[in-house]
Amino acid sequence: MNIIKTAKVALRALNRNKMRSFLTALGIIIGVGAVIAMVSIGQGAKMEVEARFESMGTNLLFVYPGSRSYRGRFGGGSYTNLKEADAQAILDNCSAVQYVSPNVNGRAQLVYQNKNWNTSIYGVGDKYPEIRKWPVEEGIFFNESQVRSAQKVAVLGSEVSQNLFEGADPIGQVIRVNRIPFRVLGVLESKGESGGFFNRDDMIAIPYSTAQKRLLGVDYIQSIDVSAVSPSRTDEAQAQIEELLRIRHKLAPGAEDDFNIRDMSDIAESATEATQILTVLLGGIASISLLVGGIGIMNIMLVSVTERIREIGIRMSVGAKERDILLQFLTEAIVLSLLGGFLGVVLGVGSSRLISHFADMKTMVSMGAIILAVVFSASVGIFFGFYPARKASKLDPIEALRYE
Amino acid sequence: MENNKLIHLENIERVYKVGETQVKALKGITYDVLKGDLLAIMGPSGSGKSTLMNIIGCLDRPTAGKYLLEGQEVSKLNKNQLAGIRNKRIGFVFQNFNLLSRTTALENTELPLLYSDVSGKKTREMAMNSLALVGLEGRELHKTNQLSGGEMQRVAIARALVNGPSLVLADEPTGNLDTKTGNEIMEIFTKLNREKNITIVLVTHDPEVAEAAEKTIFLRDGEIEKIEHNGK
Repeated sequence: MNIIKTAKVALRALNRNKMRSFLTALGIIIGVGAVIAMVSIGQGAKMEVEARFESMGTNLLFVYPGSRSYRGRFGGGSYTNLKEADAQAILDNCSAVQYVSPNVNGRAQLVYQNKNWNTSIYGVGDKYPEIRKWPVEEGIFFNESQVRSAQKVAVLGSEVSQNLFEGADPIGQVIRVNRIPFRVLGVLESKGESGGFFNRDDMIAIPYSTAQKRLLGVDYIQSIDVSAVSPSRTDEAQAQIEELLRIRHKLAPGAEDDFNIRDMSDIAESATEATQILTVLLGGIASISLLVGGIGIMNIMLVSVTERIREIGIRMSVGAKERDILLQFLTEAIVLSLLGGFLGVVLGVGSSRLISHFADMKTMVSMGAIILAVVFSASVGIFFGFYPARKASKLDPIEALRYE
Repeated sequence: MENNKLIHLENIERVYKVGETQVKALKGITYDVLKGDLLAIMGPSGSGKSTLMNIIGCLDRPTAGKYLLEGQEVSKLNKNQLAGIRNKRIGFVFQNFNLLSRTTALENTELPLLYSDVSGKKTREMAMNSLALVGLEGRELHKTNQLSGGEMQRVAIARALVNGPSLVLADEPTGNLDTKTGNEIMEIFTKLNREKNITIVLVTHDPEVAEAAEKTIFLRDGEIEKIEHNGK
């Protein structure tokens, strides 16, 4: 029996049992589709995070209090040894540094007329928009003298502006931050949704001095944002800051730093790590569905071959050889697995497109996931189509014919 | 006379092992079937008639004895060689039809040709001819579940004939049919035997069916009890 005839026999048999064929393929379709879609979400989140950090610039440095060895990645709050004067000294003494912005953060309740909103308060310096490449959309940012005199002024994130003013012009209005009145100077440009983690537009910026005195009642700062004059001089700036702070903090030679300086790649790394966990988690869930799909394929294949023992007997009685039976079932399994795998890829890629379109999440289809999913489900399908067929083809034709 | 022997059975024995005990289903059958015979095998259940038919049909091999089909020793062939013989030289008709479900009459008839080296085009032609022979013209594309019992048995006969076999074996071919339809099926067999000179071996326990045959072998407890000639 040649290939064409075998293919014809197999296709006829599949066509004869459309429902069973469809159900078998369905396990593969869903398994493959789920893996591809899930992994694409994880990969997309990772890319988004990387792109975000990329866009923030490579000349950024962040100075945090506390030594690097002590676990305090985005630390702050628990250390009090970083002062406003440190930031000023960095700006004055480090030649490779362009701007600095001392930061203190907190949360507060905002009130405007009858509206309430709870949000993050960023206490920052006047160069914050330049350092973070985050300009104001309307109005102005506060200036140096407003910072120095700790004025009660605020610049709103677009989300806050939207929620408190609902499209009305906020500039010049007075909002209450923890019952203290602040005058709104401007609104920051919208950063847009960010992969579903948190909304970066849900914040207001006020002078750090005001935040220290009026809101938090502290005299230290939590971090310093620094921008080097150019990306190529970032390392130089880091060295200068380190040297300066060691002198200012009177650290003996050999003593550990009581601060740590991170650049963008450090921050990006820890953020990518988080999305990596997401990818692994989603991939894990999808693998389970692939496994369940595999068990489904196995079941249907085993049952269908058992159910078809009589058919095998009939074929044998009219002269089918062991090999003919095997080839037929193998061809059926291959056709179903490949067709199912192909449809699964279509489903996976399609749903990841839909997710990125409707859920506003970036997705990225990974070739590795496609290959893994297709190979796995195809092997399961082929093996469990082949193995029982091999057993059946060894049967005595008389027994096979008598099988009920 | 030697050339005229289609089947030569010599001391055929078949022993089944059931656990420790051995059951002798056939205890030395010796018989010759001539070309063009219409032979009936009768006997009560357990007499070994199905076992004998399975051996003649190359579905099973005898434990001992010699079986020559058209002069060729087949009792020592392996499974694949037996499949080849079933494909080309033997056609089967079963009591329960044994057709593929949800499949057209034509496709069922084509089935043996798919396992031989007949080309695709010729396959269709041969199957159509065979269906015409049993009076099913125009019903080629009906699926098995749209056919009556008699029609299904005709499809089975068409399938048995399609590859031009030297021997057609029928195991209780009228067993699942009413008397009238059974008679029609028997007419087809006798007509094929008379007009096409096809050798037919029928297994039955219906004496009326056996009457249509020229010779009848009566089996009892795995041995030939008697042979009757219908004097034709």
